[in-house]
Amino acid sequence: MHNLSIKELSEGLKAKRFSSRELTQHHLDRIARHDWALNSFITVTPERAMAQAAAADAQLAAGAGGPLTGIPLAQKDIFCTRGVKTSCGSKMLDRFVAPYDATIVEKLDAAGMVMLGKANMDEFAMGSSNETSWHGAVRNPWNPGRVPGGSSGGSAAAVAAGLAPAATATDTGGSIRQPAALTNLTGIKPTYGRVSRYGMIAFASSLDQAGVLARSAQDAAYVLQAMAGFDPRDSTSVDCPVDDYPAALDKPLRGLRIGLPDEFFAEGLEPGVRSCVEGAIKKLWELGAEFENVSLPNMPLSVPTYYVVAPAEASSNLARFDGVRYGHRADNAASLEELYKRSRGEGFGAEVQRRIMIGTYVLSHGYYDAYYLKAQKVRRLIYDDFKRAFASVDLVLGPTAQNVAFRLGDKGDDPVAMYLNDIYTIAANLAGIPALSMPCGFHDGLPVGVQLMGNFFDEARMLNVAHQYQQATDWHKRRPPGFE
Amino acid sequence: MKLSPEQVKQVAHLARLEIRPEQLGHYAAQLSSILEMVSQLAAARTDAVEPMAHPLDMVQRLRPDAVTEEDRRADFQAIAPAVENGLYLVPKVIE
Amino acid sequence: MSVNTMEWEAVIGLEVHCQLLTRSKIFSGAPTAYGAAPNTQACAVDLGLPGVLPVLNGEALRMAVSFGLAVGAQIAPRCVFARKHYFYPDLPKGYQISQYELPIVAKGRLDIVLDDGSAKTVGITRAHMEEDAGKSLHESFHGQTGIDLNRAGTPLIEIVSEPDIRSAAEAVAYLKKLHQLVVYLGICDGNMQEGSFRCDANVSVRRKGEARFGTRTETKNVNSFRYVEKAIDYEIQRQIEVIEAGGRIVQETRLFNPDTGQTRAMRSKEDANDYRYFPDPDLLPIVCSAEYIEEIRKALPELPEAKKARFEAAFGLSAYDAGVLTGERPLADYFEAVVKASGAEAKLCANWVITDLLGALNKLGKDIGGSPVSAQALGGLLGRIADKTISGKIAKEVFEAMVAGEGDADAIIKAKGLVQITDEPAIVAVIDQVMQANPEQLKGYRSGKDKLFGFFVGQVMKASQGKANPDAVNRLLKEKLAPPG
Repeated sequence: MHNLSIKELSEGLKAKRFSSRELTQHHLDRIARHDWALNSFITVTPERAMAQAAAADAQLAAGAGGPLTGIPLAQKDIFCTRGVKTSCGSKMLDRFVAPYDATIVEKLDAAGMVMLGKANMDEFAMGSSNETSWHGAVRNPWNPGRVPGGSSGGSAAAVAAGLAPAATATDTGGSIRQPAALTNLTGIKPTYGRVSRYGMIAFASSLDQAGVLARSAQDAAYVLQAMAGFDPRDSTSVDCPVDDYPAALDKPLRGLRIGLPDEFFAEGLEPGVRSCVEGAIKKLWELGAEFENVSLPNMPLSVPTYYVVAPAEASSNLARFDGVRYGHRADNAASLEELYKRSRGEGFGAEVQRRIMIGTYVLSHGYYDAYYLKAQKVRRLIYDDFKRAFASVDLVLGPTAQNVAFRLGDKGDDPVAMYLNDIYTIAANLAGIPALSMPCGFHDGLPVGVQLMGNFFDEARMLNVAHQYQQATDWHKRRPPGFE
Repeated sequence: MKLSPEQVKQVAHLARLEIRPEQLGHYAAQLSSILEMVSQLAAARTDAVEPMAHPLDMVQRLRPDAVTEEDRRADFQAIAPAVENGLYLVPKVIE
Repeated sequence: MSVNTMEWEAVIGLEVHCQLLTRSKIFSGAPTAYGAAPNTQACAVDLGLPGVLPVLNGEALRMAVSFGLAVGAQIAPRCVFARKHYFYPDLPKGYQISQYELPIVAKGRLDIVLDDGSAKTVGITRAHMEEDAGKSLHESFHGQTGIDLNRAGTPLIEIVSEPDIRSAAEAVAYLKKLHQLVVYLGICDGNMQEGSFRCDANVSVRRKGEARFGTRTETKNVNSFRYVEKAIDYEIQRQIEVIEAGGRIVQETRLFNPDTGQTRAMRSKEDANDYRYFPDPDLLPIVCSAEYIEEIRKALPELPEAKKARFEAAFGLSAYDAGVLTGERPLADYFEAVVKASGAEAKLCANWVITDLLGALNKLGKDIGGSPVSAQALGGLLGRIADKTISGKIAKEVFEAMVAGEGDADAIIKAKGLVQITDEPAIVAVIDQVMQANPEQLKGYRSGKDKLFGFFVGQVMKASQGKANPDAVNRLLKEKLAPPG
């Protein structure tokens, strides 16, 4: 059952070949059997899951329900789930039981999906390896000595290992796409504003966007369909109609114009990864796509831009964690200042503290113009680069990451080396455009991803291209040994 | 751009983070390397470029002035570290 | 205090925080009502729980714009919210959503009149929208501080004046004028005790003739007009003394203590000087179209100055009376309702409202909203004067009964038998009685002691228990007292 697509699972449920309870139990069993080695879940919620499954079965028995009714999924622990611990991978929130649901949790519940539990993640989504989680590192199912990527490492590992058919995830600088690439999944970060951020614990508000990690573009299309849409509780949510993603999957690729930016194939790209990406280009060309070179000259500045904007917003967003109303509170603080400093010093891990300090510094008096304002200007240059590119092409294509999954601990104490992991993914967040990573081969026995970047609200076309590619290839069907 | 341990201490205070004195040097080195990477921005030509605060070219939506939230103090204070008589407690504040 | 204030000049700028009268908060749907049990009106957004997001209350924006229009200011076609960061337990998110570089209102002005009658214009630098913080309660709780976040997220406009003010008296005149305006506009209830209208005073001093400003201090927590005056006077004196003693003024935030009348440096604000403002990424730019602004302009109520001019012109009132009656919008509305209900002359109505009604309210310690006599009821009473049912004197007696809650004017007049005697034969009969009873005085009057006329009026009124129509009494007495023949 854990190798079936969401469409096949839904057909199986509707045909009564298995019940949602059986399907859910199957996944809960797999979690129990395998997750000790992966650490992909922070919290497993069997009772809630079985209750949702029973409700889904009742709905299905009555002939009702949609394409996701009764299908299990994992929620990244960044989304508030009422009555369930929502830790965001941090000691700060280790005892935080959210008193409300995130909008996407409400929407996926309403679509009949069954939440298996809360997936592990880098602390406050700050990381590219899932090593900053207070709940411990997540292992890559393809090689337990390797990282699954981050920050949505738990979501990625769970789906790749067949512990969940799909998972929600978030992407501030690549946190959906890079883990997708490193674990052989399809991951989509929608256009900024397409999916509500309400109830999603903020890292960098102008960059954060929720999306999906799944085993195929088709699976991702179904789940994203249920997540996307206007939310009056989020001022940055866009009130425009959502395309029918599953319906758009079958469109042929003839005439599709794809841009190849030189900047994505420059120095630093591992040759084994490059050849996989080139293989994908060839395959898409065979399917009817046309290619041309485009230039994104400011792309190399995306990492420095991001490491001003994201920490600045993060330092502000994380100021609310002060030990007063919720979250970790230091014992026996003698003064208010001590309460703040110790609660935050104890509750946040080193990477989070580093980013808070960088963000505090770049916003502080005398440095704002040189760092924050400058970064905002360069952000517009990056945005303009994409605008120019999309005047001549439908999509931009490049590698998702420079290399395959690295070893745990490899980039432990060098934050800048870790940050460069996101060199290909960050630009899409800065520009606000949608981007997707899909499997395109293996190097050294580890998965490689290729990235598609689209124009605003062009998710349907990106999923369509990925689906067409996946109809002609079987990279996405490969499963990690031991988890088949 | 190099940050001194003293500057790290100041920033940590502004951010209300307790950093042990023996960690200051380590943080200073790491933060300096991040700032050095970030300093590439200085080379970009941005005269006459409008700063971009947000990827959306949209304006703020207005909410009708209606009370939509009910009292959920019990739920909210169930997750609070220290409350009494409905108030959140903190060490004595001297104004 | 023995310093020579004559060589010194104070430079004062005021920052007024004005709570807007919306039903719900500026960024959430929680209620704004004052006085609820602690933390029962603080929703997830107000508490700054993780993941929640702000959405702007349209009414708060409308009120801010209407203020700007009322002070002749520019309304920004595009403005943004910024985050102002500092750690304080009544500030749940660690930042306040405020406006920094692009406020909604800029460059307004307010004309004030001082007690000596001189006029002055105070510039309004800006007014911006922001959210209020919660409250810290320092008493009890075993030496801890309790935090109530009900007030957190209440919409405010912060109105910043130019440093145009030169004395505590000018500051009070400015504040009173501003207070009157925001209450008139219906955007603030103006309740200073409850903190709906709060003032921080930036004060510096310099030697007269000096062009540069001195170092200023900001005094907080001055929540009445009287305290503003005291706090500013104290601060001016303190600064002069410090400088004359060879010291220097430190730029700092100070707290006014109403019990001692003094100010002192606030410890909690010692390092709150790097607010790290940046545009709030959870909120998008606010755009006010010309049509939107025009719509608000058209809906503005009549403002105090216009109303005063109209009262003078339309009702023939003196400038003083018109000023008193338009001092507060509810009083002006009350007065206009009395005029309408009574059908009496406006001047009579004005006298009654100013002298009798305000006098009675003052005794009761009530404001116009709590008046035991409605405008309709007072109008009814004055109508009885106008149609000569009762005299002005009897009306005072009726009014007292109305204040005491004995019913409306007609019921009281009827119950007490106070209807005025206008029937001339009846009055003549009383006059005849009085003349017969006082032959000595009659003789005296007729021999030229004119002063005795008053005696006869008094006797007639007394004999009629005050009910005889005074005009008729005067006229008929003149006729009857005249020497026969």
